[in-house]
Amino acid sequence: MATTVSPAARVGRGARVSPLRRRLDRFADRALFGICLLAALIAAATIVLVGYQIVDGAAPAISKFGFAFVYETTWQPNFGTFGAGSVLFGTAITSSFALLLGAPIAIAIALFLTLLAPGKVRGVIGPLVELLAAIPSVILGFWGLLVLAPFVQSKIEPFLHGLFGFLPIFGAQQTTGLSVFTASLILTIMVIPIIASISRDLFTAVPPELQDGAAALGATRWEVVRGIVLPTTASGVVAACLLGLGRALGEAIAVSQVIGAGSEIQASLFEPGDTLASRIALQFPGALTELHKASLFYLGVMLLVIGLASNLVAQWIGRRFAYAGTVAK
Amino acid sequence: MSAGPAFDPAAPLTPSGNLRRRQAVSRAAELAATAAAVAAIAVLALIVYTVASRGAKAIDLDFIFTGYPTGVGPMLLGTLTISLVATAMAMPIGVLIALFLTEYAGSRAAGPLRLTLDLLNGLPSIILGLFVFALLVDHKQQSGFAGAVALAIIELPLIARGSQEVLLLVPKSLREASDALGVARWRSVLTVVLPTALGGIVTSTVLAVARAAGETAPLILASSVFDPKSFSVNPFESMPNVPVWIYKLSEEGNPEGFTEAWGMSLLLVSFILFASLGARALLARSKRKLSS
Repeated sequence: MATTVSPAARVGRGARVSPLRRRLDRFADRALFGICLLAALIAAATIVLVGYQIVDGAAPAISKFGFAFVYETTWQPNFGTFGAGSVLFGTAITSSFALLLGAPIAIAIALFLTLLAPGKVRGVIGPLVELLAAIPSVILGFWGLLVLAPFVQSKIEPFLHGLFGFLPIFGAQQTTGLSVFTASLILTIMVIPIIASISRDLFTAVPPELQDGAAALGATRWEVVRGIVLPTTASGVVAACLLGLGRALGEAIAVSQVIGAGSEIQASLFEPGDTLASRIALQFPGALTELHKASLFYLGVMLLVIGLASNLVAQWIGRRFAYAGTVAK
Repeated sequence: MSAGPAFDPAAPLTPSGNLRRRQAVSRAAELAATAAAVAAIAVLALIVYTVASRGAKAIDLDFIFTGYPTGVGPMLLGTLTISLVATAMAMPIGVLIALFLTEYAGSRAAGPLRLTLDLLNGLPSIILGLFVFALLVDHKQQSGFAGAVALAIIELPLIARGSQEVLLLVPKSLREASDALGVARWRSVLTVVLPTALGGIVTSTVLAVARAAGETAPLILASSVFDPKSFSVNPFESMPNVPVWIYKLSEEGNPEGFTEAWGMSLLLVSFILFASLGARALLARSKRKLSS
């Protein structure tokens, strides 16, 4: 800019840049910092606002039923009596079923991807498993309704009933196939990609020296997994399962399409049921009274508390694990 | 061990005793792991095949461009509008959060902020539906905008985290060169850092849109009462949209409706699969370019 060099110009940048420009820069620096901070605050405020609105919406039901709402099992919108017991039961059954079935499969997939699959196969199968998570839940539920439920009804239910019919959970088959069992299978499909992709990242990070050391001492592949890979990643895998659990707990749409909307607690998995999230999705659009709406909001409060808790515990375990990992290195 | 048979150097080196059992166990475990991966891929293939084969029967030009009952044009237009509005809200905020995390936040601010993003990401979508209902719909009316707010909250953590990963890959040398030239911080952020990371930011946004476009639960509460015949781009009234329409048709139990729903599912799934596969490939490429 300047063509003549005055002695003052050599002193420093301050002399060369015009004061106006300097003031502009200082202002713009602060402004950019300010907007970035604002954006961060918006994210934090959103969480708080979500919590507030849900609790506020539930306030009438909270003051009417109190804590007894959580375990009361009668849900009769026509009579103004509401209790979350049966949907809480349904949520617990479907989520734990999905986790018990899905976690071992997901961990096996992750082991396959890290230890067994050759590079090219890994590059194809890894993303494909993650695509399973990208399928919208409404389409998965629709598929469950028209394809999976009839198959469950005609093949799987009679088979399991014939084999394990002496156990009350495998009761007599029903006419539709819309059941807690089918909903659990759909949830299993949903949790597998989440747990598999996190576990894969964990397994990849296991130090190869440890594995090679075990192999050199004569351990078979399975013994390396049992003795080295799983123990060093155990807490991370647990965190991954909790994240999967959070997904299973909160899924509303697909579950509401295949669970059959039963309102009683039944021992048999082949009976219809309902979960916290699916009850909200099914009944909210046609809610009869303000109290009915508020009770559905109360279910939302319970869902929010359980969901946030499992998420927080997962983060906590994940962080502790990350810390241990850096120390070990 | 020492009480075993004497060492025989001439014995053949084959598994014996419990090694044979251990190897069998190991092989069985390998087989099980492979079977699990094959099963997951088979389920994905089965779902995609069902959607494709049943949906293809429904799709033609009328299906895409006309309204109910011959086509689903209004629903496609509505989903497009809602997604655009949501992204217009989520993308700037998400990118700014990412900038805050990479440029300004010390570890004290970054920790809680990252936790906030993780918690937002873990919120069940039906909860967001209840939230926008209480905030924007209750005592007023349903609107595409309310749905867009919920989708924006779903997209926000995904965009923020994706952009942050790319911003961290911007070479230090670029920033240092900019500093050395005496460029102010804001100017080097806007003209050096962001443009370098732009490709990655856009692709993570596309991934977030693909994730949010199929969300049904919030829209059931925010934008579910609509006229499937009317093409509308006004986000301040209830807008027709694809996920809710699929949901409604699946609840009705009418075979013609099912065909229509399969057709819409095929459109939605192909958009999501192409967008996420394409964005993933681009993202991997731009990350490789930045880190090399």
